[in-house]
Amino acid sequence: MLHIVVCIKQVPDSAQIRVHPVTNTIMRQGVPAIINPYDLYALEEALRIKDKFGGFVTVITMGPPQAENALRKALSFGADDAILVTDRAFAGADTLATSFALASAIRQIEKNMPVDMIFCGKQTIDGDTAQVGPGIAKRLNLELLTYISSITSVSAGKKEIVVQRRSEGGVQVLKTRLPCLVTMLEGSNEMRFATMPNMIRAARTTVKRWDRIAAGIEDVTKIGLKGSPTVVSKVFAPSPKTVKAEIVQTESNEPQDLVGSLLMRMFTKFPHVREELEKSATV
Amino acid sequence: MSEETKKPAGKKKLELDPRLAEYRGIWVFIEHERGTLHTVSWELLGEGRKLADKLGVPLAGVVMGEPGEDTRRFCQEAFYHGADHCYLMEDPLLKDYRNQPFTKGMTDLVNAYKPEILLLGATTLGRDLAGSVATTLKTGLTADCTELNIDVEIRSLLATRPTFGGSLLCTIQTLNYRPQMATVRPRVMAMPKRDTTRSGDITEHKLSMIESDIITKVLEFIPDQNTNKINLEYADIIVSGGKGLKKQENFQLIWELAKVLGAEVGATRPLVQSGWVEAGRQVGQTGKTVRPKLYIAAGISGAIQHRVGMDASDVIVAINNDPNAPIFDFATYGIVGNAMTILPALTEAFRRELANRRAEAVAV
Repeated sequence: MLHIVVCIKQVPDSAQIRVHPVTNTIMRQGVPAIINPYDLYALEEALRIKDKFGGFVTVITMGPPQAENALRKALSFGADDAILVTDRAFAGADTLATSFALASAIRQIEKNMPVDMIFCGKQTIDGDTAQVGPGIAKRLNLELLTYISSITSVSAGKKEIVVQRRSEGGVQVLKTRLPCLVTMLEGSNEMRFATMPNMIRAARTTVKRWDRIAAGIEDVTKIGLKGSPTVVSKVFAPSPKTVKAEIVQTESNEPQDLVGSLLMRMFTKFPHVREELEKSATV
Repeated sequence: MSEETKKPAGKKKLELDPRLAEYRGIWVFIEHERGTLHTVSWELLGEGRKLADKLGVPLAGVVMGEPGEDTRRFCQEAFYHGADHCYLMEDPLLKDYRNQPFTKGMTDLVNAYKPEILLLGATTLGRDLAGSVATTLKTGLTADCTELNIDVEIRSLLATRPTFGGSLLCTIQTLNYRPQMATVRPRVMAMPKRDTTRSGDITEHKLSMIESDIITKVLEFIPDQNTNKINLEYADIIVSGGKGLKKQENFQLIWELAKVLGAEVGATRPLVQSGWVEAGRQVGQTGKTVRPKLYIAAGISGAIQHRVGMDASDVIVAINNDPNAPIFDFATYGIVGNAMTILPALTEAFRRELANRRAEAVAV
């Protein structure tokens, strides 16, 4: 039996975020909180391995108390256990401090049941850094497999895994030993639907809440703002371009006239665009 | 670290903590795989050159790979693109990218020669390596920067990146740790001029590792087929479509124009999410950053998430039926009108124009 830990994050649905035009602050009101979409590929892959080889899937997240909702959702998809690592002392953590806290919590999980694999999404949609997964792997001294598009084989007995990893110019086929940490690429699988029995179980399961002490962290200088080497020194809105578009208009405003006028203006002012077109055009 | 060693950021003319002052110079990781160099490395050298000149320190490239002509050639090219110096680590174990030996090699180099700033491309390789190196060195790393600058007084890297899907920008500093690390996406920084009169010197350093230390093995490498490769980031002409095209079949108009122009096809996130176009064609915050010579945007409103991926284009032509669409605030030319009628007219006009030109050229 394999014990798989899946790290997830509750994020605001970034597609629905607006910035206040005057104060430049994020307007969070009414923006739904969701499981980071990339993490669903990680969770589904973990559940597939569990289906195939038997196993136990623990989901873990670090966040505010309301992040429990994300964990309950993960339970309804079929995870077996859920842990919310939450403490005011974690506030203001950057990726280094976050990976410290999560790695420490995972060490506590291991005290009850050794961990064979850790799954993460390739990145979050709010921070977009893709740094926490590698950070956890390094802190736990695990093999790190990022941008995995498919898990070709798992040998539970030999504790070996073969995966396909996306690289810039192709796909690497890698073999490594468990335990390891995998970050899954988007589109690598499709999240299952929650089943009725799992939904009922999710509602009944107690999500464990771990504070800093329960997560095995004594040194507060390693977590939260204090444990973060990076500081945000300035937040500002992108500067608006001062020059607006030259709007192409003609007497008739017929499509043929408009595009004719556009080409004439553009080729006069930007002859290099014309040269470029002549090089690449297929006419 | 004790509180007394921390220096407030705002005060000027500070003596840098001697522990931090030991770190000097700017490094750029020169990324290559299977003999192919990733040009983001040159873009970073171009930007690194400016930062190094502000600080008055040398700029170095870090080349890691299997022994052979490639690594020497990449050092040479690094000099041509602005480096003063190269750190070269050659070992057969570095043939393919693997996290463990590359992390070990890079952290050893940093600990031995102590750069104050280390820049990498925000590619699959660069992000994997940067995250691992920063955690091993316990230092700060800022991902996906769009702008880099220096606070010269405190020798601090000002790394600016979009946040909340591009709605805001934030500037991040690593004040009390070295090196200060950042990744930058391909095409965000301009390509520097290649100057073959430049040269530099090479410091070689051994990788202290043997194959049996490395747990992960590369069984195979399957290169991408050239035919279905999407070369959006480096395309010189891009035709892109958005929600304003209304129906999936209308996206065909984008393909037709792109075909005449020999252009790549891009799209906004909603179209990718609706499955009209593959994910590799998405331009914007969660997609690709592009900087073509010509970007034609049809039915794209110009939301900030899309804009951050394309506003470095030389010339932007926007077609939208809403005269108040934000895209007209930053495009070069705008046509207010129905994309479904303008696009075919544009395709025809380009076809005629370019065919005429070709005929003239033949006649001459």
